Amino acid sequence: MTKVYSRPKLLKKKIFHYCAGCGHSIIHRLLAEVIEEMNLQERIVGINSAGCSVFAYDYLDIDMAEAAHGRGMAVATGLKRASPETIVFTYQGDGDLAAIGTAETVHTANRGERITTIFVNNAVYGMTGGQMAPTTLLAQLTTTTPYGRDARLEGHPIRVSEMLALLGGVVYIERTAVDSPTNIRKTKKSIRKAFQVQIDGLGFSMVEILAPCPINWKMEPLEAWQWIGKEMTKVFPLGVIKDITGQKDAD
Amino acid sequence: MAKVLMDGNSVIGEAAIRAGCQCYFGYPITPQNELTEYMANHLSRKKGCAFIQAESELAAINMVFGASLAGVRVMTSSSSPGMSLKQEGISYLASCELPSVIVNMSRGGPGLGTISASQSDYFQATRGGGHGDYRTIVLAPSSGQELADLTHRAFDLADKYRIPVLILGDGILGQMMEPVEFKHEAPAELPVRSNALRGAKGRASRIVRTCTSNTSDMEELNWSLYRRYQLIKEEEITCETFLVEDAEMIVVSFGIAARIARGAIKNARANGLKVGLLQPVTLWPFPSAKVEELANRAKYFLVFEMNMGQMIEDVQLALNGKGETFFYGRPGGVIPTPSEVFRVISRHYYQKGLS
Repeated sequence: MTKVYSRPKLLKKKIFHYCAGCGHSIIHRLLAEVIEEMNLQERIVGINSAGCSVFAYDYLDIDMAEAAHGRGMAVATGLKRASPETIVFTYQGDGDLAAIGTAETVHTANRGERITTIFVNNAVYGMTGGQMAPTTLLAQLTTTTPYGRDARLEGHPIRVSEMLALLGGVVYIERTAVDSPTNIRKTKKSIRKAFQVQIDGLGFSMVEILAPCPINWKMEPLEAWQWIGKEMTKVFPLGVIKDITGQKDAD
Repeated sequence: MAKVLMDGNSVIGEAAIRAGCQCYFGYPITPQNELTEYMANHLSRKKGCAFIQAESELAAINMVFGASLAGVRVMTSSSSPGMSLKQEGISYLASCELPSVIVNMSRGGPGLGTISASQSDYFQATRGGGHGDYRTIVLAPSSGQELADLTHRAFDLADKYRIPVLILGDGILGQMMEPVEFKHEAPAELPVRSNALRGAKGRASRIVRTCTSNTSDMEELNWSLYRRYQLIKEEEITCETFLVEDAEMIVVSFGIAARIARGAIKNARANGLKVGLLQPVTLWPFPSAKVEELANRAKYFLVFEMNMGQMIEDVQLALNGKGETFFYGRPGGVIPTPSEVFRVISRHYYQKGLS
């Protein structure tokens, strides 16, 4: 029998600490697969965000460093400028990238830093226990929007990808999701392309991935996965947000 | 090399480049902009080097973090309010044991403050400043030449102990033009630190982290840092003395205040007063043993600072009751004159019946 699918070598043999139904473990696996397939493990450095995924270095067998809350892109910028041959990516959640790190996000993208960002959007603060995120949907219940997010009081969900697409240094942004096998495959393809943009030295690239957080959404895993397609994609539509590579998909 | 006439901020820039500084990230703030501009002129197009005018001090210090991860010599600079913003990053640099050089050309505060020279960031510089149990080496130059020499030393110390090193200057030092001799040539090849993070080629992958849910791991990091700090205390304390051999009163001053104090002491000596100067060059670690040694002869210590009395606490700790301290300070960016300090010295001197 031919083996068609196996554990990526770059995924350490450890049990994930993530909750049942969480999207991080899938995205970690996709990253490990892409880095392995593109043969980048000897020249790649990942910068983790604060939040549940701060322990990503426990699972990915590559050089990784931690950044302070929101500062991932500044750290990645410094690393990339000091060592332009190194492939650098940040792995950030919505609180990290779109709240405390908004300034770093906007300016790193605008400078067109040759880095790649994996932006995991689950519309809530996970590690701190389910508070409102900048991407929390209107009427969504969180521990700090107990009556549902009200635009008059808490503002609207920020569409980071659309916002960054306006900036000159941004080359490629795509929004994907990990709520179905089809979308998971698309996500992998998108991550691959985002790295290729960096390898080609074109500018800033980002993949926004809609991911479930069943515990903080107070849903069963299956219900949470369905909620992405039913509710989140209404505010955050999937697809290519910006692509000026002038090429077809890298693979 | 012949002496050149340069402003203090540019001196730091030139000395840093000659020390092999490959990356500079900063955000403009007066009175240290000449340094940022010097780096823009001399580093931004240099092969293998990088300069970024960051979007904030927060971003700048975290770019320093990134470049230090990549194993190069890296520097940032700011002035007092900007230094407050950098404290988060400095705490992370200390925790991750990442060498880096951070310059504070301080000004009068608190708050936005004045743009004139002050020494009111002593506590912030020497006590850690950011969160957590850590220290940074703090060097306090008092002249253009010391700016050049100590900038070079700062990079060496940072690498030797894998620690962030602060240069605590002030507005006058940064702006003042003086003849300076640079004693080193810039290295032809820029070295990469052996533990750099550039991808796991030919070795196991590496993690640079501060976060742990394990308290005993965190305690071990704190002990390990503590042991290194003790080593620095044994090896690196530096201070200058001036006319202390027969002195009955010692003026303790650092940085530009020590320069002013020298003028006052020359004046005092001309008037027959036995006064000397102790100038700590490393503010952390503080030259406590030297203070104690001087107290064997001189019983009176006039601590003169351009603040409301911060270093005086370190002097008192070092004396541990052995000598009597007086304080004279001018905060807010007011720059006292040597004759003003001389009057203060004379008053205390005669009041104690030392004539």
